[in-house]
Amino acid sequence: MRRIASAKVAGPVVRRSPPPIPGRTLNLASLPSRENVPAADAAAVQIRGLRTVLGGKSIFDGIDLDIARGKITAIMGPSGTGKTTLLRHITGQLAPDAGEVLVDGENVPRLRRGQLFDLREKIGYLFQNSALLTDFSVFENVAFPLRQHLRLPEEIVRNIVLTRLQAVGLRGAASLMPAELSGGMARRVALARAIVRDPSLMIYDEPFVGLDPIALNQVLKLIRMLNDTLGITSILVAHEFAAVRRVADHVYLIAGGKIAAHGHPDELAERDSPWTRQFFGGEADGPVPFQYPAQDYGHDLDFPAGGA
Amino acid sequence: MSTLRRPSMIGDSLAQLGSAGLFLFAILAALPGSLRHFRETVRQIWFVGGMSLVIIMTCGLFVGMVLSLQLYYTLSIFGGTAALGTVVALSLFRELGPVVTALLFAGRAGTSITAEIGLMRATDQLSAMEMMAVDPMAYVVAPRFLAGIVAMPLLACVFNALGILGAHLVGVTWLGLDNGTFWGNMTSSVDVWTDVINGVWKSTAFGAVIALIATFQGYTTPPTSEGVAYATTRTVVSSSIVVLALDFVMTAFLM
Repeated sequence: MRRIASAKVAGPVVRRSPPPIPGRTLNLASLPSRENVPAADAAAVQIRGLRTVLGGKSIFDGIDLDIARGKITAIMGPSGTGKTTLLRHITGQLAPDAGEVLVDGENVPRLRRGQLFDLREKIGYLFQNSALLTDFSVFENVAFPLRQHLRLPEEIVRNIVLTRLQAVGLRGAASLMPAELSGGMARRVALARAIVRDPSLMIYDEPFVGLDPIALNQVLKLIRMLNDTLGITSILVAHEFAAVRRVADHVYLIAGGKIAAHGHPDELAERDSPWTRQFFGGEADGPVPFQYPAQDYGHDLDFPAGGA
Repeated sequence: MSTLRRPSMIGDSLAQLGSAGLFLFAILAALPGSLRHFRETVRQIWFVGGMSLVIIMTCGLFVGMVLSLQLYYTLSIFGGTAALGTVVALSLFRELGPVVTALLFAGRAGTSITAEIGLMRATDQLSAMEMMAVDPMAYVVAPRFLAGIVAMPLLACVFNALGILGAHLVGVTWLGLDNGTFWGNMTSSVDVWTDVINGVWKSTAFGAVIALIATFQGYTTPPTSEGVAYATTRTVVSSSIVVLALDFVMTAFLM
């Protein structure tokens, strides 16, 4: 676990895809433009007629949604609207009540456990709360997927892990334990772990929470670069519209169990609909109620009727 | 109010029993996959077995000492103190060794297994493994289940050995019973197969039951701090009851 302490400088890395993630010298302007990414023939993820009821509450009411291959698609919406639930449907962690969830042409709810695991080997998932394995060091956390699925020589494992940690700026923290990390650092380690096997579909659940401006900028560049250089399809759940606007190719705004709006983030920001105006403007009044449903305020405070 | 479902203790218990049975099948199905994680199984054997040694040895020593003290005075009434070694050994090998070790094991190792798996559930570590295409049943649950089965009989043997040592300290060293009488009567009366091996079978079964209850409670706990607290409590209570009930059943069949 602590063997990283005596590790030598990284040597040549044998990889099945081009070596990504050069590190902190990344410049977003030097990266290929979004228009240069090859257009996909079919959507990487197709959702049709998705209906979900959790605890008696309808979360999705017949949602149709396409995630374009090789693009970054952001899912946005008010808290509790089911964004993480949607990700759980896509990854087969939760079966919907009705509808189809096609990932690379495979209907996820109908997959057997073994098939689901085969599919998940192609997916990288960044959890909202990082979900690092607390018994393992940072290095071993990032190496975990490699050790479980590939029989690679230790030197190659070390090189791949150090490359990923360098990309998220935490190569020097390789020997630390998760309990010694801040929330933002843990998130970056989780990101390094999620991309360690070069997934073809990358899912980020709230990747920007707890990041300082420097780390946020680097993570944004990393997401964009992974997408542009490796052609990874990315799904991003986030609330920070300024960050989403910098990185996403397409945005779906979910509210009230339906797709309230979708399109390019710049286009959405300027669209004059009550949904986009309220959500992107952060207004309390609008189609999305700020207050959780409750009985009359005056009655709760024991004010006499009509006495206010 | 009338539409509210009243909790049924018997119904809930039966539902838990059914779920635990299905969970056992899931563990058995995951056992071949867990062989890939042999190092994890060894680590768990050390964690639940090796790290329980101190409490098992200490308790074994004192149980043997108090057993010897009580039996010496009781046997002396009938002039039968020469049978002290025999009675102590039979009590330990047949009943006290497996049962007391199991109760201690449930408190020391069972609760830690439940709390560890419960916290892994609460912090999404099990979900993260699933998303990395690593089966938590094979990587987390099955190694702990195997560790319980391997560690329990070994711990019971250690408990028995320290118990007899404690009995010897009190009976021979303190109360003056003849050393040859103590060991001679014991070795001539205790049968390896009917006494020692039956005790090993019992402790193996207890280990499996405790490991099943501990992993089941941890795996199915609500992902909250209160949920983990209740789950660890349920592990101790359920394990203790099941061990004592199973002890009666196994004794009836093995005698």
